Amino acid sequence: MAIERRELTRLYETMVRIRVFEQRAEQLFLDKKIPGFIHLYIGEEAIAAGVITQLRTDDYITSTHRGHGHMLAKGADSKRMMAELFGKATGYCKGKGGSMHIMDFSLGVLGANGEVAGGIPIAAGAGMAIQLVKKTDQVVACFFGDGASNRGAFHEGLNWAAIYRLPIVFVVEHNCYASTMPTVESTSVKDISTRAQSYSMEGLCVDGNDVLQVHRAARTAIEKARRGDGPTLIEAKTYRLKGHFVGDPQKYRDPQDVDARWREEPIGRFERFLVEQQMLSEEERCAIWRRYEVETDEAVRFAEESPYPDPSEALSDLFVSDAGYDY
Amino acid sequence: MAIEMTYANAICRALKEEMERDPTIFTYGEDIAKQGGIFGQYKGLLGSFQDRIIDTPISEEVIYGSAVGAALAGCRPVVEFHFADFLFTGMSALVNQIMKIRYMSGGQGALPIVLRGPDGRARSAAAHHSQSVETLFMHIPGIKVAIPSTPADVYGLLKTALTGRDPVIVFEHKMLYGLKGMVPDEEVYIPFGRAEVRRAGKDVTLVATSRMVHESLRAAATLAAEDGIECEVLDLRTLVPWDKEAILASVRKTGRLITVHETWRRAGWGAEVAAVVQEEAFDSLDAPVMRIGARNVPDPFSSPMEDFVMPGREWVVAEVRRLFGKA
Repeated sequence: MAIERRELTRLYETMVRIRVFEQRAEQLFLDKKIPGFIHLYIGEEAIAAGVITQLRTDDYITSTHRGHGHMLAKGADSKRMMAELFGKATGYCKGKGGSMHIMDFSLGVLGANGEVAGGIPIAAGAGMAIQLVKKTDQVVACFFGDGASNRGAFHEGLNWAAIYRLPIVFVVEHNCYASTMPTVESTSVKDISTRAQSYSMEGLCVDGNDVLQVHRAARTAIEKARRGDGPTLIEAKTYRLKGHFVGDPQKYRDPQDVDARWREEPIGRFERFLVEQQMLSEEERCAIWRRYEVETDEAVRFAEESPYPDPSEALSDLFVSDAGYDY
Repeated sequence: MAIEMTYANAICRALKEEMERDPTIFTYGEDIAKQGGIFGQYKGLLGSFQDRIIDTPISEEVIYGSAVGAALAGCRPVVEFHFADFLFTGMSALVNQIMKIRYMSGGQGALPIVLRGPDGRARSAAAHHSQSVETLFMHIPGIKVAIPSTPADVYGLLKTALTGRDPVIVFEHKMLYGLKGMVPDEEVYIPFGRAEVRRAGKDVTLVATSRMVHESLRAAATLAAEDGIECEVLDLRTLVPWDKEAILASVRKTGRLITVHETWRRAGWGAEVAAVVQEEAFDSLDAPVMRIGARNVPDPFSSPMEDFVMPGREWVVAEVRRLFGKA
């Protein structure tokens, strides 16, 4: 099925929006404006864009420690995201979550998650609520990395989703490294999508740097889930162009290999395709990048000008009732 | 008016009443639907709610973690944990997800999750099926903890948990499911954080939970008859929040306090209560605060050793006599 031009543009814009945000976050971290750790999605933008732009607002996603891209693709406000990275009171989590734990339940983002595979059981629960109790046609997209596919929660979760035929699209972002460990050394299979067979589930393997391939696989899986025909595992093969976190010395890999991978990064590839198809002029291209540079400038200004939370705010938000209980 | 029922029947009654009222409640776990619970404690419940009582695979990480997704998707999951001993197999989903997500999100939404199931000693079951783990959930912030000792209390506290907006864990006792007691005819909701005086007395305060409430009451009867010592027995009923004021009021009257629990003595909840009482009522104390709890080893299988390790009424009698210089 052909994709409309408007949708192609939206895919491109989503990828650019993520890239600009991430490049800025990297610089702000190096400038010591952002504390803690940040994990960049640079090079993996095609996956979030290809899947999430096809979801409805009332669909759910679960994300990962490398979750900025998923949030932005689901429509998150870059101002509140940047403020959360800064630890400011105006951030999505009022400064209690930070980069790895940004959430917006009203947008259906059930959390970035500091725990590898932590989102899989959460997605299973949202799927149960939809399928068994609410009986709606909502779907859940559950993102995780190749490292998560070696955790128990992955195997428990896929089996669980299969037996209850839950409306979940599992998306494994195979970026070749789990923290510092190469996936080829940590994982018993070459294609993680083949693990779906163990759970009588369809597994699809796509080039995760080709947004159109991701989009096509996701469309099939999302439509299937919405029809009530159960879950799918999509493996999107990509490459983590940056370190595990900003500041990672990356002694475990050869910089020349990384340089070679930059030639396959997803935004340049999609641009070349759009130009070939005469769907993106140089003028349009510049306007799109400029638009997100301006948006990100505003997000940074908002974050910088926002206040830090009052220290006593640390004692709020644990419980709805007994909020002040502290003994 | 009140009717006599078992502790297990009281749990079923609370679930049945609240499930009839609230269509978003669903309950799941191992062996609960067709089997009616591993102790037969839910026999008859399935008939009323075929769709909303679900048998699951032995996949604890998903059993617990899924509750987060189900709650955020608008349902009220009631998770049966089969044996408190096996909470550890899904501990990360419980501690890092259920107990932290609301806080880390900056207080977005509510997390109305109820976890419940059997805790405590089971005779000659050995240490993988026999232990009291409730103190851990008092130590780590993020969940309310109920530990009822009677049919009326498990009914009323579970009703409150099923209508609240925060995560709650209810520790039922393996050896109490068959205990009979009077439960009011009318619906009752027992608030958390209110201790109950089970026996009034002027000489020493015994604070206990769960099975040890009954052991303390039997000890108090012996001490009154044989020694003329009048024990005041308080049933704490919930550990988070716990009723500090009730204990302080009793200690100000009696001048003596012994905490009585089945969980290990070392850093059991009694240690926390003892610390707070000496901080806030030091001048009222006529004697050191004493603690009764299991000896600091896993529960052994063979009865002579198990009886040596696990506290009972004789321990309470001996400790009170020692406190009064009668040992």
